[in-house]
Amino acid sequence: MLNTLIQPPQPNMYRYDEFDAQFVSDRVNQFAGQVARRLSGELTEDQFKPLRLMNGLYLQLHAYMLRIAVPYGTLSSKQMRKLAHLARTYDKGFGHFTTRTNLQFHWIRLVDVPAMLRELADVEMHCIQTSGNCVRNVTADQFAGATDEEIEDPRPLAEIIRQWSSLHPEFVFLARKFKIAVGATEKDRAALQWHDMAVQVVKNAEGRVGYLVMAGGGMGRTPYVAHVMNEFVEREDILAYLEAVLRVYNQDSRRDNIHKQRIKILINTIGPEEMRRRVAREFEELKRMGTLQLPKEELDRITAYFKAPDFETGLSDDMPDAGPDFANWVKTNIHKHKAPGYAIATITLKTPGQVPGDCSAAQMDAIADLMDQYSLGEVRVSHEQNLILPHVRKKDLPAIYAKLKELDFASPNAGLITDIIACPGLDYCDLANARSIPIAQKIAKRFENLDRQHQIGELKIKISGCINACGHHHAGHIGILGVDKKGVEFYQLLLGGSGAEDSSIGTIMGPGFGEHEIADAVERVINVYLAERKAGERFLDTYRRIGMEKFKAAAYQEAAAA
Amino acid sequence: MLTANRLRDGDVLYRKGDGWVLFLADGDVYPDQASADAALAAANAELVRNEFVAPYLFEVRDAGGKIVPVKEREIVRAAGPTVHRHTGKQAGQVHA
Amino acid sequence: MTRLIKSGAYAQDVYARAADDAPLPEGPVLVSLARFQKERDALLARNTPVGIKLQASENPEALGADVNHFALIALEFPKFRDGRAFSWARMLRTRLGYTGEIRAIGDFLYDQVNYQHRVGFDAWEVPDHFTIEMFNRALTEMTNVYQPSTDGRTTIRQLRAKR
Repeated sequence: MLNTLIQPPQPNMYRYDEFDAQFVSDRVNQFAGQVARRLSGELTEDQFKPLRLMNGLYLQLHAYMLRIAVPYGTLSSKQMRKLAHLARTYDKGFGHFTTRTNLQFHWIRLVDVPAMLRELADVEMHCIQTSGNCVRNVTADQFAGATDEEIEDPRPLAEIIRQWSSLHPEFVFLARKFKIAVGATEKDRAALQWHDMAVQVVKNAEGRVGYLVMAGGGMGRTPYVAHVMNEFVEREDILAYLEAVLRVYNQDSRRDNIHKQRIKILINTIGPEEMRRRVAREFEELKRMGTLQLPKEELDRITAYFKAPDFETGLSDDMPDAGPDFANWVKTNIHKHKAPGYAIATITLKTPGQVPGDCSAAQMDAIADLMDQYSLGEVRVSHEQNLILPHVRKKDLPAIYAKLKELDFASPNAGLITDIIACPGLDYCDLANARSIPIAQKIAKRFENLDRQHQIGELKIKISGCINACGHHHAGHIGILGVDKKGVEFYQLLLGGSGAEDSSIGTIMGPGFGEHEIADAVERVINVYLAERKAGERFLDTYRRIGMEKFKAAAYQEAAAA
Repeated sequence: MLTANRLRDGDVLYRKGDGWVLFLADGDVYPDQASADAALAAANAELVRNEFVAPYLFEVRDAGGKIVPVKEREIVRAAGPTVHRHTGKQAGQVHA
Repeated sequence: MTRLIKSGAYAQDVYARAADDAPLPEGPVLVSLARFQKERDALLARNTPVGIKLQASENPEALGADVNHFALIALEFPKFRDGRAFSWARMLRTRLGYTGEIRAIGDFLYDQVNYQHRVGFDAWEVPDHFTIEMFNRALTEMTNVYQPSTDGRTTIRQLRAKR
């Protein structure tokens, strides 16, 4: 552990001023009051439920679950250490990083939550609107501010959206949840098209920077990919436009059937053209009113918090030679950084056999040390449940890798078949129909041979324990959906989904497989890919070329023979 | 059997007599629908005590002398997560 | 039973609620949109105030140019989870320029009063046990706000600029 007298490096990220701090503090007091009123009975459970959800608190299978916001996936080492402390003090010594880049604790007591929220407020964190029928955590590319692929860092806009959406008086009782993501690259690492609303930083024909806004994406019972609402919104108009979309949604969504109340249903019912027309009307009015205009000074002021760190110059851009294991890790887990001599390092929380996305308190503390020592005090969380050190010097990578090996977080599998996304599933979640984690563990162990993983190449497996799709199974190259057949767990296979810039919805193969059949079925599907693929094709590409038939035949053939 | 969650800490409870116990093995098994429904009705009437929430009935069966739930969900709920066997009631852990 | 809160104090509710098929009583009367659409001329010809009650699914634009004839518009919350009336209140104050009383009726929580106040509600039909002290506390739980709204309250961005 680093000498804690030395000040850890302060990452360039948003810092609360006195107003943000007061806001979070007031919110904690408000929730403490609500907890007291619930315990006294002044609030019934029915009344309390939306209030606690809007503070990230679920009642799950074994205990309460608390979901802590990690805005645009960015954490400082101080915040990481606080999460470790909370895991030790109030939970069972670990936390779980989610597909919306938040952190969940699974063993929480209601009576402890106000104290936890106060501790979080000490490090500029909160649980505001991480659940409930409101705008949720705003997510962004985990490589933001580090990659040379972006037009600009999307996080300043994400921070502006976060503030604008926090306890927005008109939109805290929406018909359903509302998830927003922001991107600034052509390669989509934040699954923009799967969000209720997403903003992509773009350049128009004159080279001016503005925003493409899309809406109506979503997972769940009826998955949809988003439609473009406006190809180019001027910078200063963006909040007015986003508010226009939310207003139309709040006014016009159904309220009679909980399964039909996401914005994706509204847009696909009235049609994207009609949606654009309604939004345009609100937007024009808001622009005229002027109160939501975003002045350049304000955008610049927020952007300044995220300015690029002072990178060292004169560093060698060569990758150090530190043995074959290190080289394997570099092959998959290192991404090009915009500054010469630097790299972006992905820490996959997916060592075969581990619970995907889980991190113990000790591991959190160790990663906080790595952040301080090697990554300018900063880490990112991705929606694929991995951690990223955004600014590391290439020459430090061998030391980082060695430390990760000690932590058992050195699996060289980013983007490969064992880099599986899985929700907590029936082991923890009250909504689940089936367990997802053991399936992820089984499949990861089956394919853990590294040569085999490289032979297979890029393959995104995503597992959900129920139709709520928190594991994003609709967007998996191979998706797995847990279902309940008379109290017994079965697993449906979906093929051909994608959460990247080529977003597509996975197709259900057919009847589900039993717990002991599913890994075999996945293996047979992969064997079809290996047999059928053309040079350069990923699994997804081969599936898109040849379709479901051969995969389906293989998957069920052996199951029938068994 | 009848189960609920304790309000203050979310811990899983099983109905025994007029009260609640923490482990499924100690809970009452209702031999017929009528007695089960009566137990649920009694529990619902007690919600105003603000001690527990969301009571509901679930099926169990006799597995060689041991009472076990029929559904996987209730098996997990009674024991704890299958992926962390050192936590939960299966490890003797309960919330205070 | 319920009480009316207006301007931070309990107030007398002078409006009689008239069911769609009941004869209209004397004095100020609160009717449904459906009834107003059927009996518009007769209602507007009365020389006592007319109030209109909108359900959560009823867009206030249906009131058309008549909107400012009403001294009272009551927006119903059928269930506290249904947040459409927040948008309707805001629309009444902005697009429709309504200056009369916007009253929250139905099922809403203490915890929603502040949001209602921000978007243009200025009267609340509350259960008997809902005190003025509770009402005032509801409005002050959050010291500052990020978003501009119809209440014209200074936002955090404006406070920052003032520094």
